[in-house]
Amino acid sequence: MRRALKITSLIAAAGFVLTACSPAAPEAETKTLKVVYQKTDSFTALDTLFQSAKQEFEAANQGVTVALEPIQANDDDYGTKLALALRSPSTAPDVFYEDTFKVRSDVDAGYLLKLDSHLEGWKDWDTFDAGAKAAGLGDDGGTYAVPLGTDTRAIWYNKKVLTAAGVSVPWEPRTWQDILDTARKIKASDASVVPFNMYAGKATGEGTVMQSFYELLYGTESELYDADAKKWVVGSPGFTDSLAFLKTLYDEKLAVSPAEALDANVWKKVFGEWLPQGKMGATVEGSYTPSFWQKGGSYEWAEYGQDMGVTAFPTQTGQAPGGVSMSGGWTLAVGAETKNPDLAFEFLATALNRKNSLAFNIASSQIAVRKDVAADAGYQAANPFVKDVSELVAVTHYRPATADYPRISAAVQEATEAVITGAKSPEQAAADYDTAVKGIVGEAKTVAQ
Amino acid sequence: MAVSLRRDRSGHRRRHSGLRRQARLLPVLPAVVLLLVFLAGPVLWAFHASFTNAALTGRNARSPGWIGFDNYARLLSDPLLPLSLGLTVLFVGGSAILGQNLLGLTLAVLMRRARRTVAAVVGTAVVAAWVLPEIVAAFAAYAYFSRDGTLNQLLGGLGLGQTDWLYSFPMVAILLANIWRGTAFSMLVYRAALNDIPGEVTEAALMDGAGGWQRLAYITIPMIRGSIATNLMLITLQTLAVFTLIWVMTAGGPANASTTLPVLAYVEAFKFGDIGYGTAVASVLILIGVVFGAAYVRLLREGKP
Repeated sequence: MRRALKITSLIAAAGFVLTACSPAAPEAETKTLKVVYQKTDSFTALDTLFQSAKQEFEAANQGVTVALEPIQANDDDYGTKLALALRSPSTAPDVFYEDTFKVRSDVDAGYLLKLDSHLEGWKDWDTFDAGAKAAGLGDDGGTYAVPLGTDTRAIWYNKKVLTAAGVSVPWEPRTWQDILDTARKIKASDASVVPFNMYAGKATGEGTVMQSFYELLYGTESELYDADAKKWVVGSPGFTDSLAFLKTLYDEKLAVSPAEALDANVWKKVFGEWLPQGKMGATVEGSYTPSFWQKGGSYEWAEYGQDMGVTAFPTQTGQAPGGVSMSGGWTLAVGAETKNPDLAFEFLATALNRKNSLAFNIASSQIAVRKDVAADAGYQAANPFVKDVSELVAVTHYRPATADYPRISAAVQEATEAVITGAKSPEQAAADYDTAVKGIVGEAKTVAQ
Repeated sequence: MAVSLRRDRSGHRRRHSGLRRQARLLPVLPAVVLLLVFLAGPVLWAFHASFTNAALTGRNARSPGWIGFDNYARLLSDPLLPLSLGLTVLFVGGSAILGQNLLGLTLAVLMRRARRTVAAVVGTAVVAAWVLPEIVAAFAAYAYFSRDGTLNQLLGGLGLGQTDWLYSFPMVAILLANIWRGTAFSMLVYRAALNDIPGEVTEAALMDGAGGWQRLAYITIPMIRGSIATNLMLITLQTLAVFTLIWVMTAGGPANASTTLPVLAYVEAFKFGDIGYGTAVASVLILIGVVFGAAYVRLLREGKP
């Protein structure tokens, strides 16, 4: 049966190629849409989404085959592989899964198709949250990608561990000092527990900045990028303070050991072992955290709803707005070189219709960007933390998605790594970061604080 | 070709020698074409790309521009360059020129004296590491040196303290892993070379009362000098290009402590999408290979009587 399917699809593909080659050929009878997305052992929700969208789409469009091509890779490697595929029209997918922070630079590269005319005729577009729509904008103001969902970051803490250390729950730290005080208390009561983990170093890649460093930096008076002046900030005291905070956490052994932090798989231990086994007090992680623990997740943990608590990451001294969160999220985009732009968009619209969005947002613990999904009772009851993490959208920040950003992010990761390994002092690491930034974007595109 | 061969046999050797030589080159032609396409092609492409600002994403992905020596100027002022150059030299010198080469020679000499079964067992064990695909060898080395790995368990069993090798001594772990992986090649080359030394020479030296070290220094080494140079050239070039082993074991970390030039080139080109700059690093790597190669070729020539 499968073999027969393979052979038919091969013949279909061959037929398509042949008809595509001859200019005088009549309207092609079979067309193939190539869809590229990410799939890992612990992230299969997207695969499920596309499988069901494929069925739905093929049933509605006779003669069109959707070829799903999942890439097994982590976020970093997925980005690299996708960019390599997009470089040539012969390998570029028709529809693909795209990180929000790569949208602008990939639009600059000419990889993405402008969707404005298609979106006009799509009635569902009105149900998308206005803020989330901005994620798909290119520098020219056109929309190039449609969001699947978004996320926020928060502190996830184990109530049992905190209670055992004499900390009252629900825990609501107001300042950085509150975090250190609580972490020291936990350490004093049980030395075998990791009190408060924050990622650092290059091994955890973008996780280091999204789920750790930026929660600190954006809670100070400094920023990473001056959006009005379109310049990168250097010499900021907040940058040094944030590094110093990480140094304190690691020096006092309140976080994992530096060696553990520099293991790219450390997050698997956080989700799979330390938090469920009560070996960790708290960690900074994304709103998608419950997806690992809920039924069908990679680290099923039936009691997580009772045992875990969630709270906003505080600002440095408790200044307004009182909390910090970071948001990213992923989108679907259509390849600029696609031969069937209408069909490709139609597939995108099928994948993101109400039914499929709802299922995906629940399965991957994403914050819904469609208002009708957000209002759905099933979505709201998906896990006990939906409401808490959704409220963080009010204090959230987005990364400056310029073409230089990946390199800047790497420079930040390097600074955290230098500090937690003791290779440099926070001042030194911050100064080296400034030098690196000037080297990356040029002195003229930096602004001193 | 067939025609010229027949004529050779019939005695027109001198007149057709030029033609004959050309005809002899014919079978080599496909290999030369393949080399040009798959070796020289990418090398030239890399040189070309290193003078542009080609990128994986952003404006430069669509229309890369010629920027002359900008990438090289940037490379010269990059603090990572001296570090990764030093690490590359350390890696090649330590694991190939010293480690694999000397250990391979020692094993080859010892195996000639050892009992047949011992030699067979040692030989198999050494060659096994070499036969493994690089990615498998890299994971094995990672499993051996990692925090909960075999080495620490062995040390723990002996009551010794445990060290996080990949974190505290990344270069030591990588050097040892590459020696483990590559020694078999040198050993095989030297075994073949030692077998070619005529027995009479060694016998004569023995009669003159030369001891083991003297024989090694004055007879064996000079007689296999050509093999030494060839072996050094091959393992140097192989080791210069090692990427998978390092990437799997440490990914160049911690804090760039094991970022050799191939790792740096990969990170720049594919992690940061800066293909122009990455190929500039790769070009430097190629130049180093050429310098080493030329040095060994000279050594080879001097070795000939």
